[in-house]
Amino acid sequence: MNYKMMGRFIAQILLLEAVCMIPAMGISLVCGEQKAVFGFGVSILLIMAVFVLLRYFCRGHKKGFYARDGLVCVGVGWIVLSFMGCLPFYISGAIPHFLDAMFEIVSGFTTTGASILPEVESLPKGMLYWRSFSHWLGGMGVLVFLLAIVPAGEKQSGFTMHILRAESPGPSVGKLVPRMRRTAAILYLLYIVLTILNIFFLLIGDMPLFDALCTAFGTAGTGGFGIKNDSMASYSPYLQNVCTVFMLLFGVNFSCYYLLVMRRVRNVLHDEELRLYFGIIIASIALIVWNLGSYYDTLEETVRHGAFQVASIITTTGFATTDFDKWPAFSKAIILCLMVAGACAGSTGGGIKCSRVLLLFKSSYRNIRKVLDPQKIQTVRINGNKVDESVVENTNIYLVTYVFIVIASFLVISLDGFSTTTNFSAVLACFNNIGPGLDAVGPVCNFSQYSILSKSVLILDMLAGRLEIFPILILFSRSAWRHR
Amino acid sequence: MKIIIAGDGKLGDTLTRQLSSAGYDITLIDSKRDVLENSLERYDILTIQGNCVTMNVLEMAGVEEADLLIAATGADEVNLLCCTTAHVINPKLHTIARIQNPEYHEQIYKLRDLYGLSLVVNPDRQAAIEIEHLLKYPGFLKRESFARGRVEVVELRIDGKSKLCNIALNDMYKIVRCKVLVCIVLRSGKAITPDGNFVLREGDRIYVTGAANHMTMLLKNLGIITRKVKRVIICGGGKISYYLAQQLEKSDMTVQLIEQKQEQCISLAERLPDTSIIHGDASSQYLLDSEGISDCDALVTLTGMDELNMFISLYGSSCGVPQIITKLAHFENNDMVNNLSIGSTIIPKDLCCNTIVRYVRALHNQAGAALTIHTIADGKAEAIEFQIEENTQHCGQPLKELRLKKGVLLACISHDGVIEIPNGESSFRAGDMIVVISTGNDVIYQVNDIFVN
Repeated sequence: MNYKMMGRFIAQILLLEAVCMIPAMGISLVCGEQKAVFGFGVSILLIMAVFVLLRYFCRGHKKGFYARDGLVCVGVGWIVLSFMGCLPFYISGAIPHFLDAMFEIVSGFTTTGASILPEVESLPKGMLYWRSFSHWLGGMGVLVFLLAIVPAGEKQSGFTMHILRAESPGPSVGKLVPRMRRTAAILYLLYIVLTILNIFFLLIGDMPLFDALCTAFGTAGTGGFGIKNDSMASYSPYLQNVCTVFMLLFGVNFSCYYLLVMRRVRNVLHDEELRLYFGIIIASIALIVWNLGSYYDTLEETVRHGAFQVASIITTTGFATTDFDKWPAFSKAIILCLMVAGACAGSTGGGIKCSRVLLLFKSSYRNIRKVLDPQKIQTVRINGNKVDESVVENTNIYLVTYVFIVIASFLVISLDGFSTTTNFSAVLACFNNIGPGLDAVGPVCNFSQYSILSKSVLILDMLAGRLEIFPILILFSRSAWRHR
Repeated sequence: MKIIIAGDGKLGDTLTRQLSSAGYDITLIDSKRDVLENSLERYDILTIQGNCVTMNVLEMAGVEEADLLIAATGADEVNLLCCTTAHVINPKLHTIARIQNPEYHEQIYKLRDLYGLSLVVNPDRQAAIEIEHLLKYPGFLKRESFARGRVEVVELRIDGKSKLCNIALNDMYKIVRCKVLVCIVLRSGKAITPDGNFVLREGDRIYVTGAANHMTMLLKNLGIITRKVKRVIICGGGKISYYLAQQLEKSDMTVQLIEQKQEQCISLAERLPDTSIIHGDASSQYLLDSEGISDCDALVTLTGMDELNMFISLYGSSCGVPQIITKLAHFENNDMVNNLSIGSTIIPKDLCCNTIVRYVRALHNQAGAALTIHTIADGKAEAIEFQIEENTQHCGQPLKELRLKKGVLLACISHDGVIEIPNGESSFRAGDMIVVISTGNDVIYQVNDIFVN
């Protein structure tokens, strides 16, 4: 482990975090929220102090940064980021318990959107902004942002690949152009342009600027922190539809947008993952509308709520316009399945990801065929290209680890004595970075009633889910920390 | 500049490392996934898995916007086809192909236009030429020529018996009695640019610049007795051996070539009438002894295995062979072999890489580009030759007034063929050639890059 190099990386993350807190503090200043300003001020000073200390102790770092260093760096970086990010909530007294504050900000950075606050409208404006902005920052990844802006001083900076892989969702993360810095810059540029478009369309629908910013940040990062107690229910149908469309757009693999910009439309249209993603969405909406029947007054309302909820859950955003916990059982089952499926790889969404679902389905199909026809040699293909066996194997390992973690977390949080539906959906909602679950953690409820142990487990689940499990898991391995 | 490299083998890897760190955007194509994965972990590049001859793969690698394609796979035919196919997609593309088969090589210059190649590289032939160069002027571990052969940078090892051992560089002239400059000292893996008070120690390897005609005097005054090489033993009968034997046949040297495979021996015997081809195992001491290793003038080990080459060379050294040359194909890091007495080492991929890097820099920077580039001191320094032009900065100013970049040394100036080792009073003017040694991190693309702005 190259500790000094890691220290420098974390110092940079902290500097970025401090800079990002300044607008939030500004909003609090304008709104005259003294406690919030105090909270932000002290937090920024503390972060800068740690930054200076880290820079001082990590002078003269050795070169040489390897695969596992990159993974450990991402894992530790996110934990430190969350730790420092929750300080404003705690210091200002907006959230009195430290673990609750930590839960809230981890939920923010991992774009989960699960809250422990029973009532958000009384929170200072600056705090609301910081909560939502953490979604935006966590959505595309903090370290990817650093890769885009920090000059690549090292000559052989191949290790940056590990950071992109560890932080970007999806099984097969690739660069768009040879240089990592440009790749990261392109990703962030696309992200910023889409976010601005989102804000623009929200403003057209007469949403106040502050609400538009926070909603757009929540949508872009596929996070889902609402700034109203009823999430999105009180906004106009137009605004809800804008949200539906943009949630879906942010759930698409960003390299598709790059290909569109490069005018390679055919590649995008023939992308199997994208087809599956939209196929699942259309099928789910149709089934839910059919199942809901006359639950709502008009068909328009049924489709609008159905589409919004489907988009919100499959992209793992977690906004809500209605309490889907009251829906019929079949619709709730579909919602539960969508939670697991998740968005496209390379988007800002969580979950297993459509590309993995596709790959798992195809490889299972192949293995079943193999039983019938043992001599036949078959390959798994996606987009017409053969998928390497090691990728298939990694995906299987991912799924197995995924299931183990879900089961283990489910067992631990069941100690609190809530219903099985509550516990199971709470684990899925956190691990897949969605936010609301069913029953006692449904869209109109929150996570505050869980015990300290359960909250800690859920925090780890959120982090593991956001970072695709392994960067968090290897932190528990002693060999990752060994000196070299 | 965007460069596509097809083939992630030994040459491809070396090229990727050098060109990527020099700031070019590299896309690497190979059919093997694990090799690409390995490269992706080490360098900041893009990789494409697939067959580099197919248009589909070339298009995925972005051949339309690329400036240069280097086909460096192991198969000549694939390289040619790859370059031709790429040309169909992008007619403005520059292409470099690696052609190794001797039978193709003889005709490739005629076919270059047909295949649309900008440059043909042949690592094996380059290695053979380098070895021949060393054999013709023995005594140095390495020698690189500049200014049309008038200036040389040579490598010497300081051992305990050397006259230069424990001598400060200021006093060196009293011993060598000719004007030469020690530009780099390689001590325990570090390249040092020495000043006059620097004292040489046992185990140092030094790089000396001077006029080519002073080099014989340098050897004589240092007491390194060199006699002309008359009898050479070559171990291994691969492509380098063939090229080398072919060249040596034209001189008056007697060549004995030992090869293990019978068919290969027969084929070589057909093509090399004046070389004695011996069928046998070069790792057998009995065979080497019976071929008279102890009284040959030079031993060149060119088998396909680096370890075997090193062992044979070590044995040759213990038998007292004066000139030993060892080929290393896989070794990345010379620090591992520095302390073995295996004579000069030849690394074909590095030689070839130098040629390509020079071509790329010339392409990048049409005016004022380097005439020659040699990587010296185990890749820790570069010796670069430039032509001084009208627009070169600081023409005619004495050197003591100039500020050169850190790690840059002006080693030699050639005015109209007169070689000068520069001091503070020297200056250069348009039309001169200069040799610059750079150990710094900044890449020197053109002559004005050596000055601090």
